[in-house]
Amino acid sequence: MEATNGTGKSPPTPAAKPDLLSTSSAFFSDFLKTLKLKTKQQELLIRVAILGLVYILAFSTRLFSVLRYESMIHEFDPYFNYRTTLFLTEKGFYEFWNWFDYESWYPLGRIVGGTLYPGLMLTAAVIYWSLRFLRFAVHIREVCVLTAPFFASNTTIVAYFFGKEVWDSGAGLVAAALIAICPGYISRSVAGSYDNEGVAIFALLLTFYLFVKAVNTGSLAWALGSAFGYFYMVSAWGGYVFIINLIPLYVLVLLITGRYSMRLYVAYNCMYVLGMLLAMQIRFVGFQHVQSGEHMAAMGVFFLMQVFYFLDWVKHLLNDSKLFQAFLRITVTTAVGVGAVAMGVGTASGYISPWTGRFYSLLDPTYAKDHIPIIASVSEHQPTAWSSFMFDFHILLFLFPAGLYFCFKRLSDATIFIVMYGLTSMYFAGVMVRLILVATPAVCLISAIAVSATIKNLTLLVRAKSKVANPGAGKGASSAKASSKGLPDQSMPFQRNGAIALLVGAFYLLSRYATHCTWVTSEAYSSPSIVLAARGAHGQRVIFDDYREAYFWLRQNTPPDAKVMSWWDYGYQITAMGNRTVIVDNNTWNNTHIATVGMAMSSYEDEAYDIMRSLDVDYVLVVFGGVTGYSSDDINKFLWMVRIGGGVFPVIKEPDYLVNGEYRVDKGAAPKMLNCLMYKLSYYRFGELTTEYGKPSGYDRARGVEIGNKEVKLEYLEEAFTTSNWIVRIYKVKPPNNRCWSQLCASTRLDFGIWLHVNVVAGSMHSASSTLNWVLFCASFIITVFEQAFIITKMPLAFKRHRSSSKANLCPLRAIWKRE
Amino acid sequence: MDPAMFGLRLALVFAVLVHFSLLPTSYSLSSQDLQIVNAERRIDLTSHITRVILTLKVENTGTSPASEILLAFPPSEVDHIALLQAAVVVGKKKKKSYLPLDVKPTEVSEAPNETKFFSVSLLNPLSAGESVTLEVPYVFTHSLEPFPLEISQSEPQLVYYHDSAIILSPYHIKKQTTVIKTPSAKVESFSKVEPTDRAGTELKYGPYEDRSPYSFSPIIVHFENNNPFAVVEELVREVEISHWGSLQITEHYKLVHAGARHKGVFSRVEYQSRPSLSGVSSFKHLIARLPPRVHSVYYRDDIGNISSSHLRKDSRKSDLEIEPRYPLFGGWKATFVIGYGLPLQDFLFESSDGRRYLNFSFGCPLAETVVDKLTIKVVLPEGSKKPFAVVPFPVEQQRLETSYSYLDVVGRTVVVLEKKNVVPEHNSPFQVYYEFNPIFMLAEPLIEKEGIVKVA
Repeated sequence: MEATNGTGKSPPTPAAKPDLLSTSSAFFSDFLKTLKLKTKQQELLIRVAILGLVYILAFSTRLFSVLRYESMIHEFDPYFNYRTTLFLTEKGFYEFWNWFDYESWYPLGRIVGGTLYPGLMLTAAVIYWSLRFLRFAVHIREVCVLTAPFFASNTTIVAYFFGKEVWDSGAGLVAAALIAICPGYISRSVAGSYDNEGVAIFALLLTFYLFVKAVNTGSLAWALGSAFGYFYMVSAWGGYVFIINLIPLYVLVLLITGRYSMRLYVAYNCMYVLGMLLAMQIRFVGFQHVQSGEHMAAMGVFFLMQVFYFLDWVKHLLNDSKLFQAFLRITVTTAVGVGAVAMGVGTASGYISPWTGRFYSLLDPTYAKDHIPIIASVSEHQPTAWSSFMFDFHILLFLFPAGLYFCFKRLSDATIFIVMYGLTSMYFAGVMVRLILVATPAVCLISAIAVSATIKNLTLLVRAKSKVANPGAGKGASSAKASSKGLPDQSMPFQRNGAIALLVGAFYLLSRYATHCTWVTSEAYSSPSIVLAARGAHGQRVIFDDYREAYFWLRQNTPPDAKVMSWWDYGYQITAMGNRTVIVDNNTWNNTHIATVGMAMSSYEDEAYDIMRSLDVDYVLVVFGGVTGYSSDDINKFLWMVRIGGGVFPVIKEPDYLVNGEYRVDKGAAPKMLNCLMYKLSYYRFGELTTEYGKPSGYDRARGVEIGNKEVKLEYLEEAFTTSNWIVRIYKVKPPNNRCWSQLCASTRLDFGIWLHVNVVAGSMHSASSTLNWVLFCASFIITVFEQAFIITKMPLAFKRHRSSSKANLCPLRAIWKRE
Repeated sequence: MDPAMFGLRLALVFAVLVHFSLLPTSYSLSSQDLQIVNAERRIDLTSHITRVILTLKVENTGTSPASEILLAFPPSEVDHIALLQAAVVVGKKKKKSYLPLDVKPTEVSEAPNETKFFSVSLLNPLSAGESVTLEVPYVFTHSLEPFPLEISQSEPQLVYYHDSAIILSPYHIKKQTTVIKTPSAKVESFSKVEPTDRAGTELKYGPYEDRSPYSFSPIIVHFENNNPFAVVEELVREVEISHWGSLQITEHYKLVHAGARHKGVFSRVEYQSRPSLSGVSSFKHLIARLPPRVHSVYYRDDIGNISSSHLRKDSRKSDLEIEPRYPLFGGWKATFVIGYGLPLQDFLFESSDGRRYLNFSFGCPLAETVVDKLTIKVVLPEGSKKPFAVVPFPVEQQRLETSYSYLDVVGRTVVVLEKKNVVPEHNSPFQVYYEFNPIFMLAEPLIEKEGIVKVA
């Protein structure tokens, strides 16, 4: 009886493999019986075993990409992180911290050490160095590829403790299992997705857990831990702003609901003061904690806490409620007033910087679309569609409200926190697709509470009846009495069967969840996006490795100091894989620079040539999917280039590229569209190619139309390389033409004529009577006149070409300004 | 320096002295009483590696026996010689056999115009009045000079070949002919030194009679050669021996197309639609000939796996067909790594004195490529002692290094061999001998166990 009790009490098995675990639990109980462990020990053993399995599961489910493709870095930003990590491990920390990167943002460069969150790189480098020290000769790339899965595994452990702190250990286990395979988190932490978020979610959850622990215990040690967790988070990801706003908000809510306590005071003050001081050590963050509007809420709450403490003390001293009420009114008014004045003065004097565009766009989802096209152009910054919530959360979406219900039913400091975390992050997840990631831990935790509480209740019902059934062979009446005590509601018939059915249903849902997660991970989130895979006509796997083909070509066959212009999406990849200087990259810190590139892409070729000359561009790289049907190419991104370019340089107007508000590339396209640089570079000589059987030549498979301009001629650029499936096309910017021959002759003859003339005039001064001199004088005069006539007729043509380039040489960007 | 290390160095130095004596011995051209009765030279220009077979019939017209025969080369050619061998022909027609002879570079005091010499030591001195037939095959690299230097995608590649119609020799040559074989009949021009004859893909110079020593008559052949000019600028081959049963080879290539440089546009549409006309001198795949029973083959570069390769295996060899990421046009480069594993028992043997030795192929596995600089690193297992290498031809440099791999404590000894100008003819086996105590094999599992115990 003891043993079955033990397993019965054991928390619900994780959702990942319910069928497997349920069969194994029977085996387990036999095994435990033979070991003669006490119930508590058995529970501990089972808990540790489940956590261990979840830990391994979280790691291994993220390895699809490695098995299906190879151990490689994915996407765009991870390439920058990889490049900096490589730099860090090769050159050391000091060099890394002071790194000025002249290979990006030409000619501006980028202070890398001061403009990145170094947490991720340092983490990977420390792992790498310690493995090296232990004589494991791993490559840094492998470390980088596996960093995110490793931290995802660690997150499950934190989720367990967090769930345990908020609810009970059962909820903790369920939370660990749910978060281990939740697609919302996997999307950013598969092997190879070497991005800040990979470690940041771990840091975020750790900070929250430690803070809640500190609030629950009032212990300085936990608060200190929380401050360090916060420090790690600040060093790893810009999303730390969420923490520094959520925690004050939480504290404020506690204050308002009258839950102020000494525990809270200790926890918040310690966490805020230490966390702030530590965060200032990160160069990219610097003094923002005291100077930026986004961090002011935390500071305000900090002062409010002091006022509360002061009031508490005064109340203790006064012992007179009337007097205290008056005092309270005065103090609160003064405090708020002083705060408001300080804030006003700070903002007006510019000491406190206003909110950034990104922050605004979080509060107002339409803000970015109108004001900052560069933020709106990123697909992961779009508002979230319902389908992607369903895709990323699956049943958690329905469990989440249920979990909220349970939390409200048992309100405590911890559950209030998790509710607030859940609600705010769900709001942000609705505003931006990528913030689903931040919401995932909260959703998992709250859903875990729902799952755990429901299943616990159901099993209680089931077990209560079974207690009745087992001993109750002859004593029906007494056992019914006993059961009436244990059960809240006896009136419902078929309670036990109903509970069993519900349990089965719950396990079915959880198993659907596990299936869904695995499917999503393998199908949607494990593609490196550098290598594209498709199914061929006979069902075989076709690999398009064009990106790397082009980048490696750049790396090997262009001069080492060549400057490559491309849309900013490919900047990080070109520097990391192509090892060449780029004009703009994914660190979109300079909008004007990006707009200049956007303007070049959307101008006519000769205008674009001036811009490219002024930026010293040697090669232009475009991505083109017309041959393969790859839809995220530059033609489909082109409207954003127009918009961003037009946002800074009004000479670019979006309507010029549209026909009746429609964006098209076929015969009906706008003339400017058909002749702009991006169109020409994408479709150069494409008109000769037949892409699909039964379609005319020049049929664009990505957009399903026959292109409108098949006779693309290039004057200032030449095709340098096109990959085997045409996905990446690289063009070389030709050097400016030499001054043409007639022009050269003209200028020399002019000089000669004048020289002769002057000489003759000078000579005739000496002997004016000489007839020879007279003849010479006339001849020279005639030559000069002819030359002048020649120059006047010919020169403007010859000069016209020369002028623009020489001007561009003298003053970069003047050509651009003038056009405005 | 510790004594063991010193011992190793000594062994190496000794090995160098014994096996590859490179020191040129000074030589005086006193014995002018040899003459060449008949000389025939066949120059094969079909690939970018120039292969020449020189057949000499030498007669001793003097009184004293001669033991050495000199071969002369212009100074510009000497630097390009990758391999020079000599053999004496024994027997007539059907029972012909070749006995290899020793060839050494020498210096001759009264050589005109800095002519460089190699001396061939005969097995038996050639006594007065006797004659002997020598077969001298030699291989040149980088001897074809593209002209025009830059070509566009649609043009074929034309190259110059410079040589002399008359064989440079310190001896009097009674009769000689030179036959030059070109890859196709497309020969733009060639110098005429009568009698000169052209038939199909062959150019015949001669026969010329009675030419005095050091006669020279420069010729230029300008012809079309679209064969892949695949040159590996640097190749590092790492051979790692594990006594647990496998041999891991990693080869780092820096490949370049050394033909006429590509000029201007690269048009993919033309390259795809007109493969016979466009980019004829470019190449897009190479074949690496690997030993049989090869396993775990990979082909990658700095930025990841290259998916375009095929492996065909049979019982005698494995052919790995590799495609660089992009077709290589003149002057284009590609770096990549090929790695593979081999069963240890095929390559590691125990000699009679208890030492172990590795018997492995020296050159580059890529077919018809020139390697400008080849470095072979043989990583011996941890705890190996007294290593030395035996190579059948001179190598420029030998040294020892230490490398660390998984779970190493003292590091592994690495025998490094370096050689410049390597051609496929160098693909012959070399040996590395070392002493090894099998107890060291257990070191790593023990460390691992200890580590786990400590961690636990």
